[in-house]
Amino acid sequence: MPEEKIRILIAKPGLDGHDRGAKVIARALRDAGMEVIYTGLRQTPEMIVEAALQEDVDAIGLSILSGAHMTLFPRVIQLLKEKGLDDVLVFGGGIIPDQDVPELKRLGVRGIFGPGTSTDTIVEFVREEIRRHRAGEPRQ
Amino acid sequence: MAGDARALARLISLVEDEDPSARAALAILYPRTGRAHLVGITGAPGTGKSTLVNEMAKVYRRRELTVGIVAVDPTSPFSGGAILGDRVRMRELAGDPGIFIRSMATRGSLGGLARATSDAVKVLDAAGYDRVLIETVGAGQAEVDIAKTAHTTIVVEAPGFGDDIQAIKAGILEIADVFAVNKADREGADSTVTALEMMLDLNGTQVGRWRPPIIKTVAIRGDGVPDLVDRVEAHYDHLRDSGLLARKEEERVRDELVALLQHELTQALLASLRPGELDEWVRRVARREADPYAAAQSLVHRRSR
Ligand code: B12
Ligand SMILES: Nc1nc2c(ncn2[C@@H]2O[C@H](COP(=O)(O)OP(=O)(O)OP(=O)(O)O)[C@@H](O)[C@H]2O)c(=O)[nH]1
Ligand SMILES: [Mg+2]
Repeated sequence: MPEEKIRILIAKPGLDGHDRGAKVIARALRDAGMEVIYTGLRQTPEMIVEAALQEDVDAIGLSILSGAHMTLFPRVIQLLKEKGLDDVLVFGGGIIPDQDVPELKRLGVRGIFGPGTSTDTIVEFVREEIRRHRAGEPRQ
Repeated sequence: MAGDARALARLISLVEDEDPSARAALAILYPRTGRAHLVGITGAPGTGKSTLVNEMAKVYRRRELTVGIVAVDPTSPFSGGAILGDRVRMRELAGDPGIFIRSMATRGSLGGLARATSDAVKVLDAAGYDRVLIETVGAGQAEVDIAKTAHTTIVVEAPGFGDDIQAIKAGILEIADVFAVNKADREGADSTVTALEMMLDLNGTQVGRWRPPIIKTVAIRGDGVPDLVDRVEAHYDHLRDSGLLARKEEERVRDELVALLQHELTQALLASLRPGELDEWVRRVARREADPYAAAQSLVHRRSR
């Protein structure tokens, strides 16, 4: 039986037009053998969560360089809870000041990666998180 | 299951991953399939298939029909990964519970669809979607699986994609039930229409036979799309009224059954071999001590020995 593929949604929420980072990440995850659903710019949290549900993804990666991360991440996480999708891994990157990271992690964002992060680090993070989740290990 | 989008999405994943539980679920759903009109959208990369699907879905929704969409993009042969980007063109469909969009990677399948596409389509059909739109990978001349899966196949052409010689030889044109000449806002659309008309004229005309209509569209503005949808609906009526629908369905079921048999029999045979038996033959054939035809015959008939 073929293995269970890793499926990931990479989304750009809000009015932020910086899409280079999101494309770099999408490409890196594809090259690591994952199926990446790329939804393009200007997605609302509602659109992102609907796509995650229909596409049955393991994870959602948000790319935010606009400064609106403190509203967008919590909204996506809240909607996921409402739809019963709280087991979907949420992570992200972009321009996110260090002082905001603890609060985002407290809300349930599992990883935040800023400019200069190597794509290998991100691929490793996603693989390991999903491996642990599928093995039924709880998220600390 | 109707209405439960989560269960639907989950089941499509199980089908894609060839999980054993998917078969049982498909068997239960099977009696409820066969109601949706399945419409394929194929054509060269970038001709505007996804944009057309978006506009067609809007037209269907205005007519109060629900729409399931399966959009296929290629898997990288090097990494096994894929970027599935068709949803980018379908953002206007978000938030409508009458629409369900699923992206799918080919996972090594070569005919323009994934191996699991027809089963995913069955799931959407059984869930009650009135129309299921299937977008193939950007296809050239050989990716014609869609004609077997869909009732109506739309081949999308755009001006400047090839000349009349291509119109004569390309296999993909032969599977068209309806042509969309998209990007009609660009120069050259009329000559594309003329080239297609000439090709169809070469096929000759027969009374009672369906001649694929050619519709000019500008998908980014929605121009021509209601007309396109009308022709697609007319094709389904034609299939039904002429008895071709039932024949097509039997052909599809025959192909499906034969494929299942091939798979089942091969699995059963491989499972019945002694450990290492296949490898022995592989080595002998590789060293040219046996030929592959004799090896296959011998493995098939081994039990009667
Ligand atoms: C290129 C660029 C642009 C280009 C964007 C082109 C494009 N299509 O992407 C253009 C010129 C259009 C542009 C415009 C603007 N920009 Co600009 N832009 C930049 C710049 C110089 C580089 C961004 C970039 O592409 N980096 C390369 C990519 C690969 O890196 P990255 O996106 O950071 O991604 C990495 C990580 O962040 C992470 N990552 C990113 N996304 C994700 C997602 C996931 C899931 C994961 C795991 C990781 C991850 O991994 C990547 C690899 O390491 C930055 C400054 C900077 N040095 O970051 C400013 C910057 C982002 N821009 C900025 C601003 C203000 C603007 C404008 C508002 C300027 C203006 N006044 O017009 C406009 C807004 C445009 C819009 N509609 O949103 C500010 C943002 C300030 C803030 N957030 O507080 C920055 C930080 C510059 C600054 N110091 O002020 N910009
Ligand atoms: N000028 C013009 N551009 C169009 C039209 N329809 C689509 N496009 C543009 O053509 C590009 C490709 O459109 P898609 O809908 O993604 O094409 P596709 O056939 O689905 O592409 P693949 O799935 O990659 O094979 C996009 O930039 C569209 O905006 C049209 O009618 N006119
Ligand atoms: Mg497309």
